[in-house]
Amino acid sequence: MPWINACSTDDIDAEDVIRFDHEGRTFAIYRNHEDAYFCTDGLCTHEEIHLCDGLVVENTIECPKHASIFNFADGEVETPPACENLATYPTKVEGGRVLIEI
Amino acid sequence: MQSIVIVGAGECGVRAAFALREAGFEGSVTLIGAETVLPYERPPLSKDIQAPPKLIRSLSDYADAGIDLRLGLRVVALDAVAHQVQLDDGTVISFDQLLLATGARARLFPGMEGCLTLRSDADMRRIAQHLIPGARIGIIGGGFIGLELAATARAAGAEVSVIEAAPRLLGRAIPAEIASVVHGLHAQKGVRLLTSTDVVQANATQITLGDGTELDFDAVIAGVGAVPNTEIAQEAGLHVENGIVVDAGLRTSARDIFAAGDCCNIDWRATRMRFESWKIAQDQGAHAAAVLMGGDASYAKVPWFWSDQYDLTLQVAGVFDLTRPIHRRETQSGTCIVVQCDRDGRLSAAAGIGPGNATAKDLRVLEKLIEREMSVDPAVLVDPALNLKALLKAR
Ligand SMILES: Cc1cc2nc3c(=O)[nH]c(=O)nc-3n(C[C@H](O)[C@H](O)[C@H](O)COP(=O)(O)OP(=O)(O)OC[C@H]3O[C@@H](n4cnc5c(N)ncnc54)[C@H](O)[C@@H]3O)c2cc1C
Ligand code: FES
Repeated sequence: MPWINACSTDDIDAEDVIRFDHEGRTFAIYRNHEDAYFCTDGLCTHEEIHLCDGLVVENTIECPKHASIFNFADGEVETPPACENLATYPTKVEGGRVLIEI
Repeated sequence: MQSIVIVGAGECGVRAAFALREAGFEGSVTLIGAETVLPYERPPLSKDIQAPPKLIRSLSDYADAGIDLRLGLRVVALDAVAHQVQLDDGTVISFDQLLLATGARARLFPGMEGCLTLRSDADMRRIAQHLIPGARIGIIGGGFIGLELAATARAAGAEVSVIEAAPRLLGRAIPAEIASVVHGLHAQKGVRLLTSTDVVQANATQITLGDGTELDFDAVIAGVGAVPNTEIAQEAGLHVENGIVVDAGLRTSARDIFAAGDCCNIDWRATRMRFESWKIAQDQGAHAAAVLMGGDASYAKVPWFWSDQYDLTLQVAGVFDLTRPIHRRETQSGTCIVVQCDRDGRLSAAAGIGPGNATAKDLRVLEKLIEREMSVDPAVLVDPALNLKALLKAR
């Protein structure tokens, strides 16, 4: 699968998330409290709500709509209502850019 | 083998059942629900009349988790001493521990018999038949259910009137700043809003106001609150007072019997409350599971609620005291966030409204600050220059 040059490392604040759209798909790219970068599908698995408006705390994202909590490092649901995990994608940082493999 | 029986297969009972298994409970789990459809989410009922019921879990999930789901059966009697419940088909089931998660039902005041109400999927299907272009829909009550239905009915092309006895909408728990945004949008969408207007009588097609005016409709829906389903608890001698009274561990006054969700009455920061919130029902269900398995933690989650009307989402964390000062945080136009501190200066409640999830992140931070009982000067909180999230890191 191709590596996509998604954004600059500075485009995401520490402990925050942005939306990234690519070829009709939508993703969420996270920067955790230790400046590591992660990528998951953009939409919550409960209803199709974008996670980019949610709150990041360490390695978790809380859905802005009904507060499901996912661990974005492995995609696992930590708190319902969602019961399906999020798909995750590999990331790497090169020359100040965040690349995702999708 | 330990046996746990859960009465009520709603949001709370279902969460409790799965949480028991997730925590490794190996005894039997019996989940009894009076409705015949698989347990579903109630919030969409007032927001989306086209969608099929949104199931909380699929049928196979129950079997996979070893949950004995018995639908279409009602518990009619509880014997707290003998540790038994009796179902309406005559079956008697013994339990070691019991969780009452019986929820609430729509209220109807005397003189309103014949009005439609909304609590279940079946209710929603009845109402949906009337929500067609040009239909005249009368809604009694300017609370959440009434207003969400008004928005849904408008979207379906109906002519909608909302009649509220109080001087403003959402007067029970929501600050005026937020309610006025809601009022403005309904008015703009063409809903006829009659506040400070008493209803003395209503039936399926007519509402009679306090001044004698008779208003005709194609359908009349009452959204005038809910009453907790406490009859079996009451008859069994449990302490019931606006809900089944529980302590911080969700224990009722009877040994081995617990209650959670919309049917229970619990302390929130030294005040007795009965919540009607989807998230609280889930959180309490999960907490009940932990207590049933011997945990002794106190339930202390910050109450949280949301409502969707048109493209607006409203979220509330904590509980407002509408008799005390409320402070408005300067935000981008089109959104509004308000906060309140308690008498000791600790942040106690916050609410936000805006298109989509515009205020969600701030509300989540405020919820966490409420949870920490953070003492904070409201003047600081409302300053638009303040980065709310930085406060979370402050300790
Ligand atoms: C139309 C509507 C919209 C809502 N929208 C929102 C929203 O936007 N946000 C929000 O936070 N909350 C919302 N709520 C509230 C939320 O749905 C409730 O707080 C939640 O459903 C409570 O869950 P519960 O399991 O405690 O009770 P319930 O969902 O009421 O479930 C209780 C179940 O127990 C069954 N039962 C009762 N007695 C017995 C018995 N004796 N034997 C067997 N079964 C029994 C009932 O039939 C029912 O199925 C809404 C509610 C409604 C009705
Ligand atoms: S849409 Fe994410 S929790 Fe409901």
